[in-house]
Amino acid sequence: MTAFIFRRLLTAIPVLLVLIIVSFVLMFAAPGGPFTSERPLPPEVMRSIEAKYGLDQPYWKQVFDYVVGVVTRFDFGPSFIYKDRTVNEIIASGFPVTLTYGSISFVVAVLVGVSLGVVAAIKQNTWIDYFAVGVSIGAQVLPNFVMAPILVLVFTLWLGWLPGGGWNGGAWQNIILPVVALSTSFMASIARITRSSMLEVLNTNFIRTAKAKGLSQRRIIFKHALKPSMLPVISYLGPAFVGMVTGSVVIDLYFSTGGIGQHFVNSALNRDYSTIMGITILLGALTILMNLLADILYAWIDPKIRY
Amino acid sequence: MYPSTATVEGVAAAEAVKGRSLWADARARFFRNKAAVAGLFMLGLVVLFAIFGQYFAAWSNEEIDWSVLGNVAEAGRPSFETGHYFGTDSLGRDLYARTVQGTQISLMVGLIGAMVAVFVGTLYGAVAGYFGGRTDSIMMRTVDILMSIPYMFVLILLLVIFGRSIILLFVGVGLISWLDMSRIVRGQTLTVKNKEFVEAAVATGVRPFTIILRHITPNLLGVVVIYATLLIPLLILQESFISFLGLGVQEPNTSWGALINEGAQEMNNGTIWQLLFPLFFFIITLFSFFFVGDGLRDALDPKDR
Amino acid sequence: MALLDVEGLSVRFQTADGEVRAVNDVSFSLDKGETLAIVGESGSGKSQTAFAMLGLLARNGKATGDVRFEGQHILGLKEAELNRIRANQISMIFQDPMTSLNPYLRVSDQMSEVLMLHKGMGKGEARAEAVRMLDAVRIPDGAARIDMYPHEFSGGMRQRIMIAMSLLCRPKLLIADEPTTALDVTVQAQIMALLSDIQTEFGTAIILITHDLGIVAGACERTLVLYGGRVMEQGETEAIFEAPRHPYTLGLMQAVPRIDVDDEALATIPGEPPDMMNAPPGCPFEPRCALAVENCRDVMPVLEGGAHLRACHRAVEDVR
Repeated sequence: MTAFIFRRLLTAIPVLLVLIIVSFVLMFAAPGGPFTSERPLPPEVMRSIEAKYGLDQPYWKQVFDYVVGVVTRFDFGPSFIYKDRTVNEIIASGFPVTLTYGSISFVVAVLVGVSLGVVAAIKQNTWIDYFAVGVSIGAQVLPNFVMAPILVLVFTLWLGWLPGGGWNGGAWQNIILPVVALSTSFMASIARITRSSMLEVLNTNFIRTAKAKGLSQRRIIFKHALKPSMLPVISYLGPAFVGMVTGSVVIDLYFSTGGIGQHFVNSALNRDYSTIMGITILLGALTILMNLLADILYAWIDPKIRY
Repeated sequence: MYPSTATVEGVAAAEAVKGRSLWADARARFFRNKAAVAGLFMLGLVVLFAIFGQYFAAWSNEEIDWSVLGNVAEAGRPSFETGHYFGTDSLGRDLYARTVQGTQISLMVGLIGAMVAVFVGTLYGAVAGYFGGRTDSIMMRTVDILMSIPYMFVLILLLVIFGRSIILLFVGVGLISWLDMSRIVRGQTLTVKNKEFVEAAVATGVRPFTIILRHITPNLLGVVVIYATLLIPLLILQESFISFLGLGVQEPNTSWGALINEGAQEMNNGTIWQLLFPLFFFIITLFSFFFVGDGLRDALDPKDR
Repeated sequence: MALLDVEGLSVRFQTADGEVRAVNDVSFSLDKGETLAIVGESGSGKSQTAFAMLGLLARNGKATGDVRFEGQHILGLKEAELNRIRANQISMIFQDPMTSLNPYLRVSDQMSEVLMLHKGMGKGEARAEAVRMLDAVRIPDGAARIDMYPHEFSGGMRQRIMIAMSLLCRPKLLIADEPTTALDVTVQAQIMALLSDIQTEFGTAIILITHDLGIVAGACERTLVLYGGRVMEQGETEAIFEAPRHPYTLGLMQAVPRIDVDDEALATIPGEPPDMMNAPPGCPFEPRCALAVENCRDVMPVLEGGAHLRACHRAVEDVR
């Protein structure tokens, strides 16, 4: 197992390096470079800025310095727009917020989704099954950027129960709507995947064997069927995580949580390359890590996978 | 995934006797699926709306109705008298004409993006599956690795660096979506490549790429059609996502995502129609695509029967 | 009192295309320690007969009729009551040993849960008993291998594990549904020998479901031939083999390859298995029967004949 984890880690490293280098190279491919603006700067100002950001160095040296900085010191360099802030400071101000409601959303999506899927499969063709199927079909067309305005419309404008934005230090009232908006579509997907894989497993020969052994339905579900029917769900966790990370941008922006996504969009609009890159790399690293964890979980459940 | 308990052994035998052709059989199954047929019908309506909708508009999409400005919440309501069937947006532009325009662009993104994804994914998957061995394992391993990257960010990075052109958006959305396609196509190629007609082509000295283009890809048609249908709504979703952030299509162009974004921002001002009309089109189109895709899958994929 | 009495058992499946009548009015009985073979080709309803007895039909299936086990009506019993009988009194092994064991659980867990459930044993005790049973089905080094996963065993070994698992509670009846079909010929012989040894050792009654007449001859006292979900012929195995009295049985016998007869071509029964959806009113074998007469198409023949039952309109002498 340890060797397996180690091997997977080794393959994750080059991916990350490629991601860093590609985004860095892309930046130089930008027409005009990062400091081109409507009002041309005087040449000597330009030179001093370039010296400050190391842009007068040869390209390879810049890439090298950047990679070394990121890898050894988690240093994403200075922001190109905010002269007095580093990318690290920007990330530090937004990341905890996004991480908080993001991880709550992830847990909610998995727990609720799996439970709903299992119940729907056991009670196939009853009202609870139809409800679960209906919800999961409906939620397919209600992505976070649709959910968010609808939730605010209902719970803030009409009912006045919950605040329609802001973070307020992470008060629970401020967390609810972002979590619901972010987790609903993933919860629905997980419920759908769980339901169909549970139904498939319940139809297998080894479940028939378990029934012939006189085991109770509860034991059949939890001891025999749950583990194998979780495999497709685990495969989906990686993509779901990517989707949630992406979705958090909308949530941060729409609910003005001050999270990392808001900074991302602002930097994108302001062409603050170093901040975009820093955030992309950070979130890329997180998703790669998450995929790694999902792989390990999968291997742990499925005895047929050789480490 | 698992061999399932044979429910009734006699049924398979009974069906074999009737012997309908594969496509006729699939078509019959598809048309028995009410949700899929309804989806197809709705899609037809949406497409007609996108193509002919503009001829029924009383206003053009760029014209500003000065009479409603400053009082959009009252004067800009949906009404037949003013000719603003869907009301106006907060700048006094006719929302009906804007929705037609947004529908055109969103559908285009879905179609063009899906074409790009299908083209790249099919070619990649077919090549990997056909050559097999080392080529295959390196190519598919690359896909595995690429799958763990949050592409939306890379695409946004691209849009920021190269400027927000609509072409880049169309192509970029497709380029980040070919990975699943390539996996499916590869799997299918593996089963097709051992068929006699491929072996015959190999034996007569046809070049590999010709075999892939002439003999392999036509046989992947079923799977490709199913997944392309399911891909289109996902691409529409992605474009809407980017446009919702304000990083996608730019004025004066618009798309469902951009319209939903505008509507959502103006929600507090009592102009709820600005959110609901684009949202309605967005949701029914996505629904319809998913139903049609599911219907096609059930009809063409014998595994789920 | 017979151990098992089956009377008028029928199984119906509701499908999207209509009702499938998989088993029609099947009756038989079985004494303690006796062996009965249920023979028929695929789709004849033999497996569904067995599934119906243990309540293992697919969701869309429904069984009617009466099944008495030691006098107790077990058809339509509540799930909880049925669970006390399953594996404890009546156990079952299945056709495909490759998929019948749970691939995600260790063999030890799968075996000991049976004893912990039905016999109230503790974990250690159950495990020790499971190891003993692996030994009884001749799996070498059971104590070490019991902690392996199913995929680490060969097909024959897995079927042995299934047999061991089914015998853990010393059931009075073992239903073996095509236990050797998925296995190599040499392994088939070993498994059949094992089953017959076990019967002598534990005194278990066995219902052997098979399409292979070759393994019936040596192993079973009585035989029941099913076709289209109906009993065609039933009686002492020896009598049926010596002189089959039903055209279908005759066809089956001629289809068995024999090395002692120098025949050019192996006889087959022409035609397709019956359409269970739109069963004809008469004998289900009529469309394929070389001896069919006018009456066969419209009237289902009655199963009669005392100790050697048959359902055929033709006279016994005509069937040859």
